[in-house]
Amino acid sequence: MQVPATFEYERADSVTHALELLERYGPEARVVAGGHSLIPMMKLRLAQPEALIDINGLAAELGRIAVEGGELAIGALVRHAELLESATATDLFPIFRDAERVIADPIVRNRGTVGGSLCQGDPSEDLSAVFAALRATAVIQGPGGTRTVPVRLFHEGPYETAVGPGELLIQLRVPVAPGTGSAYEKVERRVGDWPVAAAGAVLRVEDGVIAQAGIGLTAVGAAHFCAPEAEEHLTGRPPGAEAFAEAGRIAAEHCAPSADQRGPADYKRHLAAELTRRALATAAGRI
Amino acid sequence: MSYGPMHRKEDARFIRGRGNYTDDVRLPGMLYGAILRSPHAHARIVSVDTSAAEAHPKVRAVITGQTLAGLNLAWMPTLSQDTQAVLATDKVRFQGQEVAFVVAEDAYSARDALELIDVEYEPLDAVIDARNALDPGAPVIRDDLEGRTGNHIFDWEAGDRARTDALFEQAEVTVAQDMIYPRVHPAPLETCGALADFDKVTGKLTVWCPTQAPHAHRTLYAMVAGLPEHKIRVISPDIGGGFGGKVGIYPGYVCAIVGSIVTGKPVKWMEDRSENLMSTAFARDYHMRGEVAATRDGRIQAIRVKVLADHGAFNGTAQPTKFPAGFFHVFSGSYDIEAAHCEVTGVYTNKAPGGVAYACSFRVTEAVYLVERMVDVLAAELGLDPAELRMRNLLKPEQFPYTSPTGWEYDSGDYPKALRLAMDMAGYDKLRAEQADKRARGELMGIGVSFFTEAVGAGPRKHMDILGLGMADGAELRVHPTGKAVLRVSCQSQGQGHETTFAQIVGQELGIPADDVEVVHGDTDQTPFGLGTYGSRSTPVSGAAAALVSRKVRDRAKIVAAAMLEASPDDLEWADGKWSVVGDPSAGRSMAEIALAAHSNLELPDGVEGHLDAVTVYNPPNLTYPFGAYICVVDVDPGTGQVKVRRFVAVDDCGVRINPMIVEGQIHGGLADGVGMALMQVMAFDEDGNHLGASFMDYLLPTAMECPSWELGATVTPSPTHPIGAKGVGESATVGSPAAVVNAVVDALGPYGVRHADMPLTPANVWRVVNGDPFRTDLAIP
Ligand SMILES: Cc1cc2nc3c(=O)[nH]c(=O)nc-3n(C[C@H](O)[C@H](O)[C@H](O)COP(=O)(O)OP(=O)(O)OC[C@H]3O[C@@H](n4cnc5c(N)ncnc54)[C@H](O)[C@@H]3O)c2cc1C
Repeated sequence: MQVPATFEYERADSVTHALELLERYGPEARVVAGGHSLIPMMKLRLAQPEALIDINGLAAELGRIAVEGGELAIGALVRHAELLESATATDLFPIFRDAERVIADPIVRNRGTVGGSLCQGDPSEDLSAVFAALRATAVIQGPGGTRTVPVRLFHEGPYETAVGPGELLIQLRVPVAPGTGSAYEKVERRVGDWPVAAAGAVLRVEDGVIAQAGIGLTAVGAAHFCAPEAEEHLTGRPPGAEAFAEAGRIAAEHCAPSADQRGPADYKRHLAAELTRRALATAAGRI
Repeated sequence: MSYGPMHRKEDARFIRGRGNYTDDVRLPGMLYGAILRSPHAHARIVSVDTSAAEAHPKVRAVITGQTLAGLNLAWMPTLSQDTQAVLATDKVRFQGQEVAFVVAEDAYSARDALELIDVEYEPLDAVIDARNALDPGAPVIRDDLEGRTGNHIFDWEAGDRARTDALFEQAEVTVAQDMIYPRVHPAPLETCGALADFDKVTGKLTVWCPTQAPHAHRTLYAMVAGLPEHKIRVISPDIGGGFGGKVGIYPGYVCAIVGSIVTGKPVKWMEDRSENLMSTAFARDYHMRGEVAATRDGRIQAIRVKVLADHGAFNGTAQPTKFPAGFFHVFSGSYDIEAAHCEVTGVYTNKAPGGVAYACSFRVTEAVYLVERMVDVLAAELGLDPAELRMRNLLKPEQFPYTSPTGWEYDSGDYPKALRLAMDMAGYDKLRAEQADKRARGELMGIGVSFFTEAVGAGPRKHMDILGLGMADGAELRVHPTGKAVLRVSCQSQGQGHETTFAQIVGQELGIPADDVEVVHGDTDQTPFGLGTYGSRSTPVSGAAAALVSRKVRDRAKIVAAAMLEASPDDLEWADGKWSVVGDPSAGRSMAEIALAAHSNLELPDGVEGHLDAVTVYNPPNLTYPFGAYICVVDVDPGTGQVKVRRFVAVDDCGVRINPMIVEGQIHGGLADGVGMALMQVMAFDEDGNHLGASFMDYLLPTAMECPSWELGATVTPSPTHPIGAKGVGESATVGSPAAVVNAVVDALGPYGVRHADMPLTPANVWRVVNGDPFRTDLAIP
């Protein structure tokens, strides 16, 4: 049996309470949301937090999905399964459905949260690529109030995020615009596995040309999970197979995959190109 | 009739969560054990400091290699005449090796205390790639063995080298192929563990343990620990999957026993998932070179094979003593060939011991994979359809019983019929037409064929033993006065449904419903001696014992019935489940009536005791040889290398099917295993010997999403040597299916000129193969 080391446990009953608890227990305390990243690490004793602040009771404050002020707002405590089932989210952005269908398995999706995924900051996290492609904004709350961080600046390195000790990620906001199509493509060794590589694409077309492109990449060492050079290449061009293939090539060139048991670096780089191309083509077809 | 589909009696408790597994057993005052394991693959132990752990308020004992050395238990014999460290004293020889054992009041404290043990290691160079194990300068792993200067364990050969070589010299066509059957793990849902309870007052040791061979464990504990055998009771309760990984005795079992003796309390130790994957019996790890000699028109004449077998740090494979490579020399497969020869060299490496597990029928898996890959390589060389090439070379029904070029006597079979059935079910010609269309459009579709002959049901005891214990199994049958029966057998189910199948056998023989038969197994105090369940031997051996002991009881019943009918036993016949006077079936006596009479004051003939029971031991005259034809259809995405198994047709012939539903369940599971091995499973190691598959995040098990809806077919060729004609099926699908999947993928990659690719065929591996740059799947991906 894998068992964690000893820790204190507190259940927060509001965001304010959670922030108080974080302050009280200090930097060795950790927030626990779905627990599907943190608890396995604790059982393997790779993580030994002194205290867990449980935010699972905060669904009323952090568990909503809604369109407000031209943005889709997704609470940090929204479960993967809820995002997958939310017509509000997936009708606007089919990329959520594409991605959530292939994140982990139903058991993990029932508990794992959007906020936990982003805060975990795993270099292979699917939602990091999705929100990067969507150019979302992260809303962070601390003792001094809330602040916003563009999601493309949210990840500061592997397992490092803009959320400071004593702060909570509370929401993600995605700009909504007409004429947008989106898609996600992932290669995994088996259903429920983390990606060998994955790419998300968001295209906004105006007057027959691409007004804005968003490309998210995960597990391939792309800085901030995005591919700005490829996006730039697409901007102003009409959508088409050739442009998409070239964008894939550029995206692949700028990523820095490393080999592991999921695959060698050259293969992952190839996938970055291939999946970017495929995601762009699907996204264009959905506009 | 008791044969036929019947819901498993076991299901009622399993689907209600009312099974009773080792970890469910709780005894008053029970303590918990945990094992400290080596982080290094090869290192000298400089010192072990347990003082801080001993000072932990909830720790009751800390046991090290030194403690065990004092009891002469630091080393234990393996199932292959080698020794294995229980807890390391001198060196650690694989990552995950057992170094110390903590006994504490709860499982949490036991784990906490592991972190308080301070071990100083001096790391040594490790031997990871088996191909380097015999290099002159290679580090000597087993310097504990007197006079050892290298890592060579054995050389073994079978077949006729001279005849084989001669055929190769004259052959019109020869092909050769290197291939790896990588190290995999059966990964049962329930990990290994033991609960040991030594009663100081009675001197009796009781061990609950998910063992596939409870009687063998008892005898070995007696021999190794010097405990009197009648004071040892091994109870194997419900087992959550074994697949061969629960045959041997693991260091943790011995530690739990010593822990109980030392503390005077029951001690439970259960592995976690990583421990299970890192330290218990792996499977395969065969590096093979196959060669085939044939005529231009596709007649296979000879096969020869060279194998480098990676046995890990201790030679702990479980197999009959005379066969260090198991039954690998059945590699001439299902084909009518003139000569065959194999050479196997076993070596030590800095990896976990084991080697025979994962439903391999003592390495028939490796043999079938080798020959079925080689036939496809030959088909590609000759430009022949692989099904057609097989058809030309399959043994013919009239050739049975057939003595193979390596000395096996196949009992019975109609191979062409099985292959034809599989091809009809698959719509083989249509599939080939579809494939041609797809190829013209640049799409990759593959059709893989494999044909296997299994060799299961060891003994005979004359040829087959494990550590000197002959492979024969006992059965005891008692019919109660009201006609209900209890059968006691030596084998132990790990999910095979013995409680149902064996009840059906007894029911069939005695003319009573299977529901009236209770099957007792898994408790050495309650069952007769025998070597247990592995190598698909339960139905071939214990199933035969169940039938024969039933017939003994039936013969006894005949005498009682004769007394009841006031007739001579010679005038009775057995019909419709009753003994009756020939020609007068209406006055027949059922088993229930006879049973009551046997326990009554009915006067019985002289020399016949009352009651209705019997005992037997079944020593099989030969193995049984199940076979089958499998066809797999895959689609491969050329842009990503992803493989989708679209269809899988499996025609199995396991002789008489006692419970076809259970047979199909066994096949479903084995096919899923095959897909897993072919596409995703491997335990690779980096150059320092770090295990790269030590959790389910890295060691992948297939799910329903990767498995097609299996299409099963059957032919029935009874075994002539088995009392009810049954052959055993537990491992057939695991043995036969990996080759079908790999053959399908290689077939799909035909347009790229690919003739072989090693398992597992992950997307990355397939993509690299297509690009002509495959990597070694058993090592870290560079
Ligand atoms: C078997 C399995 C398979 C998986 N497969 C995939 C996959 O294919 N793709 C993929 O992308 N992911 C996968 N995951 C990971 C999973 O999607 C997420 O990691 C997980 O759901 C994280 O969310 P959580 O709510 O469980 O986070 P937790 O484990 O509760 O927390 C993770 C980290 O985030 C912090 N945290 C959580 N919420 C907040 C917050 N609101 N504010 C500040 N910090 C916070 C925690 O302190 C912790 O450090 C898999 C996980 C498992 C167990």
